[in-house]
Amino acid sequence: MTRTLWKPLAVLLLLTVTLAACAKKVPSVERPAPPPADPAMTTAPAPPPPPPRPVDEPMPVPPEPEAIKASDLPDDLDSLNRSGVLKPVFFDLDSSEVNAASQQVLQENADVMRRNARWQITIEGHCDERGTAEYNLALGERRALAARTYLLSLGIPADRVRTVSYGKEFPFDQGHDESAWSKNRRAHFVITAK
Amino acid sequence: MITPVRLHWLRALPRPGRAVLMATLVAAGFGGGLWARQAPQAPQTPPASQAPASQPSSIELRITGEPGTPPRLAVPDLIALTPDKETQEAAATIGQVLWDDLNFEREFYMIPRDTYRSIAMPRSLAEVPFARWRELGADGLVMGTVQKVESGIRVELRLFNVRAQQQSFGREYSGAATNPRLYAHTMADEIHETQRSLKGVARTKLAFSSDRNRDPVANTVERREVKEIYIADYDGANQRRITVNRNLNITPNWSPDGRSIAYTSYRRTLPDVMISNIFAGTLEEPTKGVGQNFLPVFSPDGRQLAFMSTRDGNSEIYVANRDGSDIRRLTDNPAIDSTPTWSPAGTQIAFTSDRSGSPQVYVVGVDGTGLRRLTFESYADRATWSPAPYNEIAFASRTGPGFDIKILSLADGLVRQITFGEGTNESPAWSPNGRHLAFMSTRAGRSHIFTVDRDGRNIRQITRDGNNFTPNWSR
Repeated sequence: MTRTLWKPLAVLLLLTVTLAACAKKVPSVERPAPPPADPAMTTAPAPPPPPPRPVDEPMPVPPEPEAIKASDLPDDLDSLNRSGVLKPVFFDLDSSEVNAASQQVLQENADVMRRNARWQITIEGHCDERGTAEYNLALGERRALAARTYLLSLGIPADRVRTVSYGKEFPFDQGHDESAWSKNRRAHFVITAK
Repeated sequence: MITPVRLHWLRALPRPGRAVLMATLVAAGFGGGLWARQAPQAPQTPPASQAPASQPSSIELRITGEPGTPPRLAVPDLIALTPDKETQEAAATIGQVLWDDLNFEREFYMIPRDTYRSIAMPRSLAEVPFARWRELGADGLVMGTVQKVESGIRVELRLFNVRAQQQSFGREYSGAATNPRLYAHTMADEIHETQRSLKGVARTKLAFSSDRNRDPVANTVERREVKEIYIADYDGANQRRITVNRNLNITPNWSPDGRSIAYTSYRRTLPDVMISNIFAGTLEEPTKGVGQNFLPVFSPDGRQLAFMSTRDGNSEIYVANRDGSDIRRLTDNPAIDSTPTWSPAGTQIAFTSDRSGSPQVYVVGVDGTGLRRLTFESYADRATWSPAPYNEIAFASRTGPGFDIKILSLADGLVRQITFGEGTNESPAWSPNGRHLAFMSTRAGRSHIFTVDRDGRNIRQITRDGNNFTPNWSR
């Protein structure tokens, strides 16, 4: 895990105006901006760089030109993950069902992955504190697998997507109310190779 | 009459070379008929020539109370025979810890220590003022001495029958002075065994997972705090870290011999079963990173592990030899199957499944036959099967916003509850004698380990630092 040291300065050269504005706040805080519980993403800190496009638009784009296009993203993995380019999806209590809002997010994530065909990702399954520690280890994996299955159904190759379950061990929000719990019942996306 | 028998109950000490406390026993006060026997878990039994020719008549020496009441015991501070500070402190510590240990099993009425501060301490065990202790209502009295010797300290303890004004039995231990509590724990276990035919837990240990170090996991965007495996004496003393890999280490489970702890570790990124041999300082990785593997539990004979794995694409229960060979899958259901626990005979495994729509406890034979559902709660998890003679399964049950500990009696199918909504109460684990449970509770604010008796009484807080989870009690 020496990615933190990889090309640290190249990041600055590659930032677009949009991402620079966003990234400016990132180093000052320990965490990335919190993911909104509301799937409408009204406060999304890092919109995907390309403008929105129809979700069902076919994307038969060759990887090479798209890889160049990805250069408007941070260049090292940590900054990339911190930028929140792949967005988390959220689940209902005791559920691993990918609801409509989550499907929307997963389609956006799939678009980003198609444009960055060399990315490998790990989907982390997380739970809120209201289940038991033990059962949540299994529930977290089921959530990660549900997100993975949906990504694969969108045409993402299986060997690019791994899963890991963290149960309720790593809550995103340390609070003890529904606002915190809804942020913690999540599938979190981590880019592990590019 | 000093017997050259080395006790091996000190296996629970940390590292070779450190505080290697060897004790010799003296069966004091008898006409030579009673030889001290080794502790039951000692790896070697004494040679036949040292075994008593006939059973000691311990029943005659049992201290009894008034009819229908438990014997009343007093345990004052020990007498320090040497004036140095270490000996003085050991004398006070051993008295207090022994009182606590004897109080823990609730087999005796322990007379509060502050009520006999006025009774003058004799200078030797030959001049005990029995009349004063009888005035206090004591049926039994534990007196002892601590003396500094070349190799450490020598501790002599005697249990007196106050009415008969004679000794029931005595023990002498010598060894290092680094952990005087261990002398008290050993004496407490021996008193429970000889006086009450009870296997005490004073020398057992707890393992649990804790974030008290506040170390962040490396290379994560969000701050994530590591959890490491810790052990402590049953009463919370001597808390010590076992893993040092700065990642997530949870759900520890003791091997039956108390020398190894299996746990779920993320040290290789993906969760996997690891076994730390805590005195040898070595690590075993039986599941070898195949899939994700969680929640290992040793079989009662220590030769096998049951665990949950998603290696085949879904959470299922697997059983393998301790070295990871001969892995076989026990469950086959699209629902979640998780959190196994062995029956005391090692022939059945209880586990959690949500195949009914909510997590419930099921049981199945280790050959895969005889599956049946055991609980009908709104949400039940972390079944843990009691040791004999009780045939009970404790589990965490959702009773409101949080969980409470419930106990299912397999003999009659009745469920009783032993915690009642003070915080959330999860992850029960039986003591080896089946009389107590350790569990995690948020009743004191953060997540801490507590112990409780099987009737719900005698709740004690074990941890006070950080957040602490998933306890397990050594056997």
